[in-house]
Amino acid sequence: MKCQHCEKPATFHITELTGADGPKVLHLCEEHARGFLSQDSPTPMASVASALAKQLKLGQTKEELAELDRKACPVCGITFYEFRNAGRLGCPYDYTHFQKDLEPLLSNIHDSLEHHGKRPKRMAPNADLQAQAIQLRREMDEAVEREDYERASEIRDQLRGLEANENQDPPADSSSESKES
Amino acid sequence: MQQNEKLDELAGRCGEWLRGTGPESDIVISSRIRLARNLGDFPFIRRCTNEDRLAIERTVAARMNKLEDWNDVRYINVDELSEVDRQFLVERQLISRELSESEGARAVAVDPEEQFSVMINEEDHLRLQVMHSGLDLTKAWQQINHLDDLIEGAITYAFHPKYGYLTACPTNVGTGLRVSVMMHLPALVITRQIDKVFRSLQKISVTVRGLYGEGSQFTGDFYQVSNQITLGKSESELVEQVGEVVPVLIDYERRARQFLVDQNEQDLHDDVSRALGILCTAKKISSEETMHYLSKVRMGVNLGLIESVAVKKINELFIHTQPAHLQKLHGRLLGSSDRNVQRASYLQRHLSGEDGGPAELN
Repeated sequence: MKCQHCEKPATFHITELTGADGPKVLHLCEEHARGFLSQDSPTPMASVASALAKQLKLGQTKEELAELDRKACPVCGITFYEFRNAGRLGCPYDYTHFQKDLEPLLSNIHDSLEHHGKRPKRMAPNADLQAQAIQLRREMDEAVEREDYERASEIRDQLRGLEANENQDPPADSSSESKES
Repeated sequence: MQQNEKLDELAGRCGEWLRGTGPESDIVISSRIRLARNLGDFPFIRRCTNEDRLAIERTVAARMNKLEDWNDVRYINVDELSEVDRQFLVERQLISRELSESEGARAVAVDPEEQFSVMINEEDHLRLQVMHSGLDLTKAWQQINHLDDLIEGAITYAFHPKYGYLTACPTNVGTGLRVSVMMHLPALVITRQIDKVFRSLQKISVTVRGLYGEGSQFTGDFYQVSNQITLGKSESELVEQVGEVVPVLIDYERRARQFLVDQNEQDLHDDVSRALGILCTAKKISSEETMHYLSKVRMGVNLGLIESVAVKKINELFIHTQPAHLQKLHGRLLGSSDRNVQRASYLQRHLSGEDGGPAELN
């Protein structure tokens, strides 16, 4: 038996029960059956895009949008424009830096702005130190790129100092440090 | 142990989630829970340099290695694997397609039973997942919660007092938790009810995707039901939310199967038997066609229309006939056309009496 929509053999025989005229049998090839049955399943990126679209409809002017797009995180350097395009943030500090702009988005996606779940037993002693480490890594990469190895090595020492502070409990992992170099 | 040996060892076995046992296993293939976690002092993966990725991988590996009960865990550097080996891990659901296809330092830690895996440097620095055969969300949640507790004792996660666990994508922030139940719903597909069922699910913040999740085509009538939101509800509330939807879907599927039996049992019996006949006798067969017929046979077995094959065997065949598994089991790389021949031969051996095929009725 051929597919009802093309010359290929019908491998799907679908009984439609929801039609107004009672049960209806469809004979379709794999491709047409897929098209017939498939749903637009929302992916995470689609959720972000649709939440952003909703947010932009809520009265932001072109100028306001352009200004927002230029806004960049001082820690990782990602701009809101880059985030809007990729749907992915650059570092944990983005949630603080873009807080005002992210909250409508989070609210659109989750219908909530407050975490009600588990909390880590071991919290960072100082979140600012964590952000500083991210920033230093970025500066170190930039120094290496412009071949300023002296500055890069200074930053590396600073980073090691931060890591030692961060890892006081449990103790700093020396084996991982040696591999990182 | 070499990377290759670790994978060869896995290839001959079948993971916990394919056992074909557990509550509601005629319709629920597996229950999976994953947690997204990030280190607080590194940028998210998208902004990481190669050095950052390497530092994250090495730091996490070194610290996880010191965890209790971590001795038997296999640690696999995904960036050192061939394309076939990476695809093999995707087919086995131990790593995501995203991890397989990205570049730079990345890894996965897998326990010997394949109940949990921890991906390193996926979209988030860490993706923990636990998988069980059948519908067993409570056990999966207890296990992943314990695993998370262990790891967070050694690693300082990115956490915000208001927003919870911080993730690269805002769709995962808060709990970072995704509950996914993989279901086999052939009768809802045949009776075209699935469309209506899915529309009703969207109203209660539950999403449905194909076998390999996001961005993939569905094949073999497998659907993954998962929670949509991650922020604003506790982990147990989210687990409960999905847990409440699944029995409704099971009920729909059972009713649709009964409808097919009542409508014309002989036709249905003929259809599933022919599907088994093709799988047992074909000389070459594509992966897609195999999924299509295996799906029918699986339903036939669960309805008692086919008695010569065990569900566990069918579950295994779904995975073992995928391109990378076939090549691993065959011991060499095969082109698409050769794979079709080998797949037919493999199915024949395992379904028609050789290699202990139909005798396994456990």
